[in-house]
This record gives sequence, structure tokens and C-alpha cells, in this order.
Amino acid sequence: MESGIDLQGSLIDLLTNFGLPSEVAKVVWMPLPMLLMLVVATVGVLVAVWLERKISAAAQQRIGPEYAGPLGSLQPVADGLKLLFKEDIIPNRADPWLFTIGPALVVIPVFLSYLIVPFGQNLVITDLGIGAFLWIALSSITPIGLLMSGYSSNNKYALLGGLRAAAQSISYEIPLALSVLAIVMMSNSLSTIDIVEQQSGYGILSWNVWRQPVGFIIFWVAALAETERLPFDLPEAEEELVAGYQTEYAGMKFALFYLGSYVNLVLSALLFAVFYLGGWSFPVPVEAIAGWLGLSEMSPWVQVVTASLGITMVLLKTYLLVFLAILLRWTVPRVRIDQLLNLGWKFLLPVSLANLLITAGLKLAFPVAFGG
Amino acid sequence: MNLAEGVQFVSFGILAATTIAAALGVVLLENIVYSAFLLGGVFISIAGMYLLLNADFVAAAQVLVYVGAINVLILFAIMLVNKTEVFQPMKNAWFRKGATALVCVGLFALLATMVRSTSWAVLDSVAPIESTAIRLGEHFFSDFLLPFELASVLLLISMIGAIVLARREFVPEETDAQREVVFRLPERPREPVGAIGESSSASENS
Repeated sequence: MESGIDLQGSLIDLLTNFGLPSEVAKVVWMPLPMLLMLVVATVGVLVAVWLERKISAAAQQRIGPEYAGPLGSLQPVADGLKLLFKEDIIPNRADPWLFTIGPALVVIPVFLSYLIVPFGQNLVITDLGIGAFLWIALSSITPIGLLMSGYSSNNKYALLGGLRAAAQSISYEIPLALSVLAIVMMSNSLSTIDIVEQQSGYGILSWNVWRQPVGFIIFWVAALAETERLPFDLPEAEEELVAGYQTEYAGMKFALFYLGSYVNLVLSALLFAVFYLGGWSFPVPVEAIAGWLGLSEMSPWVQVVTASLGITMVLLKTYLLVFLAILLRWTVPRVRIDQLLNLGWKFLLPVSLANLLITAGLKLAFPVAFGG
Repeated sequence: MNLAEGVQFVSFGILAATTIAAALGVVLLENIVYSAFLLGGVFISIAGMYLLLNADFVAAAQVLVYVGAINVLILFAIMLVNKTEVFQPMKNAWFRKGATALVCVGLFALLATMVRSTSWAVLDSVAPIESTAIRLGEHFFSDFLLPFELASVLLLISMIGAIVLARREFVPEETDAQREVVFRLPERPREPVGAIGESSSASENS
């Protein structure tokens, strides 16, 4: 795609003009988007934690954090610093190796999944041909880390929490994958860029929400269960299991779990926005606006405005979904483990299979509307 | 050697080393939980090998199926039945280990001769496939249709078998009768009044 801003090309050109060989220039470029994405993910978590505290407080008619920074916005930073400086405790009878590797195994796949999150036409680390599938595959590694930390803590609550987390994650992965598969079927591609492109024809009317009304509810329920948000937070249900697999953890290792759960929440919201809410596209197509104003799409400042509008739209949709998740946390009571598994296997799985079948039928019958 | 080849060479070395080390750990470690976790490591490094061979879809499927489903289920099963009982050392255990080692060495020799005698020359002109998922789908529904369908039938059979095994608890009838016996109040068994009289008279007679 030639349209859009090509940051990579211009940086490499700049460096080669300074006399660097082009290969070295590429090596200099490569870590930059990855580092940027790590920073974006971490800052996104800080914002999500602040939102969680503020919205929870508002839901309970409290004020919430207000002393650290304006409106308490530096409170998550303070929390993180506190956890960073706490003592790293490994219980006496625990298995030190598994105890240490567990949290890392939970966090790394989540951060790796940011590889495929697009913020614009060219604003993505790699446009992989298997994008959506890579996310599902990576998110299936997490339960191993949970089982590892649950087992190595040498604590019955931790073991129960780890087993619950694994069971829940396996059960809800299948409806999640099937609802993503319906989207993929309509877009004829697993790449996240293509999925957004396919929704960009008629602004808000061509978003996948309207074409997949069942699929998007299944996706949201399954994503909440995968991220262990409150209606489904059984693995760490504090009334029954103290804190589940996190019981014995302190300091930075606990912070990794905390970070991982919020990164996962933001990631699910981002991918929800990409799959169902048109990703970076504005409710009215930007090309149409530019046409009405008589501006050329290729002129540089229009490009810059379009790109920043795209990033703003992605973040707006994402944090709207995060807001919804936080509101659900204070609205819906926790389900029991048998209710959770019944919902996953006996309701969501057949409904998502039927949704896939209907999507395939509609795609054959109306190839214009359902991406033939 | 340019940059891409160097990266490929180094990652191949790292992946091969981790695969072999983790596989040896799976076999040789005493603790079964360590073995199960290391098995996940083996699967992930094999997925990395697939990535090096430009098979990105197969690599992701390897991670999803083997690490995300099979290995998690193995761990799940181990942790649900994890009894910390000490197994008694068997007599003549060395014979078993020796026989296993012999079989493994023989298998390794067989495979090694096969690897040595095959010519692995690959044309450099073969371009990497752009979208592997589409190519795989084409093969599944044309020349590999029969194996694909047979595999799905096999999976269906095993799934039905698992369901039949899991629902077995509803079949037997006699458990209800046993349960009645278990929960009966601890009182003397009732007997008709006449029977009591007979038994008492019988005891007087004796």
C-alpha cells in the first residue's frame, strides 16, 4: 500500500543519507516500533487502572484516588512503584523455579499479541497473514503459566485457582475462536489490516457489529471470561479462594500478574474494536469528508490528520469497551463454576457454531453484503 | 552471509538446542510435573522450527493445539490426580532402563541412516508461499481430501467415546439401592410382631 505515511521508509532513507548502509538502517529501525508498542501497552494499562479505580469509585458513590496527580491520575504509577520496591518473597516450601517462571509465562504471550494490533493503515508492527489466528494461539499459552504458578505455590487455594483458570480458559477459547472465524470468513483473510479494510466502505454502517450481532455478544462474553473479568473471575474469587493462583505472590511477581490481566483486558478491547467496530475508521468515511471539503487525500497534512484521527478512534473505541467491562464488574454478580462451564459448553458453543453456519450461508446467498 | 541468513542460522541453533535439551528433560527428570512443563517447551521450539521453514500457519496451529490444548490437558490431569506417594524402587530396574536405551539408540541409528542417505537438496528458486492458510485449504479440499476427512472422522469417534465414558455414572441401577442402605438410620431392623414372638419363643426353647 503506497497510501499513508511510511515512517519506516523515511527513517531508513534519512539514515542512509547520513552514510549508514541500508541493512544497518533497517536494524536500527526494527526495535523502534516494538519499543513504542511496549510503552503504549504499559501506558494503556496505567490509564485502564486509573479508569477502573475512578469508575469503581463512582459506581459506589466514593471519590476514589485524588491526591496523586491531577484527579489521582498518577495513582497507578505510585502503585507500580510500590510493587517494584517491595521484597520478593518465595515461600519456603514452594518450587522456586516454577514459581518464578509462572508469572513471566502469563505476561509474555499477552505482550506478544500486540504484534498484530493495528492503529492505522501502516501503523502496525507486522501485517501478518495469520494475524487473528496468532492472537488465539498465543492466548492459549497463558493457562500453562497459571497452572505453573498455582502448582508451585504449594497452597491449596493457589492450586484450585490455577485449575479453575485452566478449565475456564480452555472452555471459552472455543466460542471465541468460532466467533472470530465468522469474521474471518466474511473478510476472506486472517490479517487484522484486511479485516478493518473490509469494514471501511460505508462508515459506521459497514462495521461488523451489524452483520454479526450474535457473534459480537459471544466474543465479548468469551473475551471477558478469557481475561477473568468480574462475572467470570472465579480463578481469583476472593471469598472462596483468597486470591487464587496469586495468593502466595508479592512484589514484582504479583505486579506481573496485575499488569498481565490489565494488558489482556486492553488487548481484548482493542481487538474487539478491530474485529467489530471498524478499527481506525471514523463513523463517516474520511475519504468522503476529504472529498466534500475538496482536499486531496494524498496531501501530507491530510495524511497526518487522518492518521491521528485513526489512532484517536481506535483508542476511543477501546476505552469505551474498557468502560463497559468496568461497569459490568459492578453490575453483574459472579457466576458459580458449574454455571460458568454450562454457559460455555452448552450455550455459547452451539450458538457460535450456528452463527458460523448462518454466516457461511449468508455469504453464499448475499455475497455483496457478506464479503463474497 | 547477510543479516537475514545470520538471524536464521542463530535462531535455528537456539531452537535446536532448546528442543533437544527440553526433550531430554522430559524423559530423564524424575518429577512428572517438570516433564509436562518441559513438553510444552519442546512443542514451542518445534513451532519455532516451523516458523523458520516459512510455515507460519502450521506454527500457530502447533502452539494452539499442542501447547494450548494437549499440554494443558496433560497438566490438568497430572494435577487432579497428583498424589505425593513415594514409589518403591523396583528390582532389576536397570534392565528396563537398559532395554529402553537400546531401543532408542537403535531407532536413532535407523533414522540417522535414513537422514544420511536422503538427498536434501532444495531448489533455492522455490519462493516462499505468500498466504499459507489459503494454500493449505486448497490442498485439504483437493488432493488431501481423503486423509483430511478420515482425520475428522477419527476425532469424532474419539469425542463420542469420551462422552460415553464420561456419562457412565448414570447407567448402573444398583448404586441407588446401596445408597439407601448407607443412609438408613442406625436402628434395629423392623420385624413383624408375630416374628418377634416366634423368635423369643425360639430363644426360650433353646
